[in-house]
Amino acid sequence: MLRIEHLGKQFGPQVVALQDVSLQVQPSEIVALVGTSGCGKSTLLRIVAGLEAPGTGRVLINGAPVVGPHPAVGFLFQEPRLLPWLTVRQNVEFGIAHLPAAERAARSAGALARVGLADFAGAWPRQLSGGMAQRAAIARALVARPNLLLLDEPFSALDPFTKMDLQEHLLGIWADDRHTLVLVTHDLEEALVLADRVVVLRSRPGRVHHTFHVDLPRPRRRTAPDFQAQKQRLLEALGVAA
Amino acid sequence: MSDSTLTLPPLAVRTAAPAARPLPAAPRAPRRWQWPLGAVLPLALLALWEILARTGALPPNLLPAPSKVLGTIAELARTGELWPHLGLTLARVGAGFALGSLAATALGALTGYAPLARRLLDPLLQGVRNIPSLAWVPLFILWMGIYETSKVVLIAVGVFFPVYLGLMSGVQGVDRKLVEVGRMYRLSGLALVRRVFLPATLPAYLVGLRNGLGLGWMFVVAAEIMGANKGLGFLLVDGQMTGRPQTILASILLFAILGRTTDAGLAWLSRRLLRWQDTHGSEQG
Repeated sequence: MLRIEHLGKQFGPQVVALQDVSLQVQPSEIVALVGTSGCGKSTLLRIVAGLEAPGTGRVLINGAPVVGPHPAVGFLFQEPRLLPWLTVRQNVEFGIAHLPAAERAARSAGALARVGLADFAGAWPRQLSGGMAQRAAIARALVARPNLLLLDEPFSALDPFTKMDLQEHLLGIWADDRHTLVLVTHDLEEALVLADRVVVLRSRPGRVHHTFHVDLPRPRRRTAPDFQAQKQRLLEALGVAA
Repeated sequence: MSDSTLTLPPLAVRTAAPAARPLPAAPRAPRRWQWPLGAVLPLALLALWEILARTGALPPNLLPAPSKVLGTIAELARTGELWPHLGLTLARVGAGFALGSLAATALGALTGYAPLARRLLDPLLQGVRNIPSLAWVPLFILWMGIYETSKVVLIAVGVFFPVYLGLMSGVQGVDRKLVEVGRMYRLSGLALVRRVFLPATLPAYLVGLRNGLGLGWMFVVAAEIMGANKGLGFLLVDGQMTGRPQTILASILLFAILGRTTDAGLAWLSRRLLRWQDTHGSEQG
């Protein structure tokens, strides 16, 4: 599905954001990239999305090198980034303007129902709470039916309850559609709740430090001893636990 | 949230709950009629003026009563003399506004969008902006004669700068993050401009248009005072020459009404186009 080969990226002469990062993601896999701030994990995601050019190395999606935003790739930003001049429905339909109106309406209605916003189709973004706005953003990413969904700290601006709610929600959608998900997060519990594989990046220069396979059965309980033990190992890999 | 949620299809889980929840705020709140508080003071002043004029406390050859001013307008309308003046002034403002805002839209969009164009053009335009616009009048008359062209161009110059500045700063201020959303959905060129830049710029642009229109009304007076044989500005001069203050005041009143009406039109358009805005002002709609 996704192959990242020897990817490097440098900002200016001093800052090496990424160095020789290689990663493969299988179809329907959920991979979480974690790391302390400045480890280049967001840069990595933006390069995969085609929003930034790689410095060295290359990114392949279904065997083809990424040269720009790809139709099969969806992106969920840290902020909802709804366009304030469009209603919720129009926002959801933003990326599928090329489809006939009936198809657009059917898809957006379906996506809004899936994220629980069917009754808010006609609302303006300013009328939504933070969690609702992010759900609308999820709907916008889903209507385009991506095979690969990239998530850049998608729930980090939300309160803990909304965050857990949306994490479960995302898993519910994934259980239906089985897209490939690549998630950047600095929340280890989020990574462990969602991912099949957690990739730990270390900073300066950003590179892959360790990869963990999370073989806990879903749904995962945050309080389970296995879960906590995994979290402890992750903390150690990040170099932040004694 | 119970664990069972995970295994249920999200559709069934989610649709039931929000159905009972009302919208946080109705998209359009019912507007209640409010006593026009802003009208109280002008009406009181008018009444005072009328009384003072009728009792002879104000010299009628300098400040005639409001009723006499209104009478003058009614008389001008009855004889039909009013309409050519009114029509010509409106046409000049309309043409100047169209010309000035079109040029400002083209240049403002260019300098806002392209840093190279901004570095090249903006210093020159800012320099020209600092010339008091009335200083152009003799030159324009010399170049284009005393008739319509010089007047329309002068008004256009007045309209140009607020629109140009509004649009340029609007385009520069477009949220990079929203542009990125457009890029993520592979919008480029015209589609990106139409679907992201244009709506994002609209608030600043509309403010620029309103300011430009206000200056347009200012400059039409200047243009018509300089030399015209028709138009509301001509009525001003005519009233002065013939010693009829009621004509001057009638003309001033008509300018006020026309300026207010056209601005209200743009304000109405702004409200309709910017219903989505999440600002302090939008709450009062």
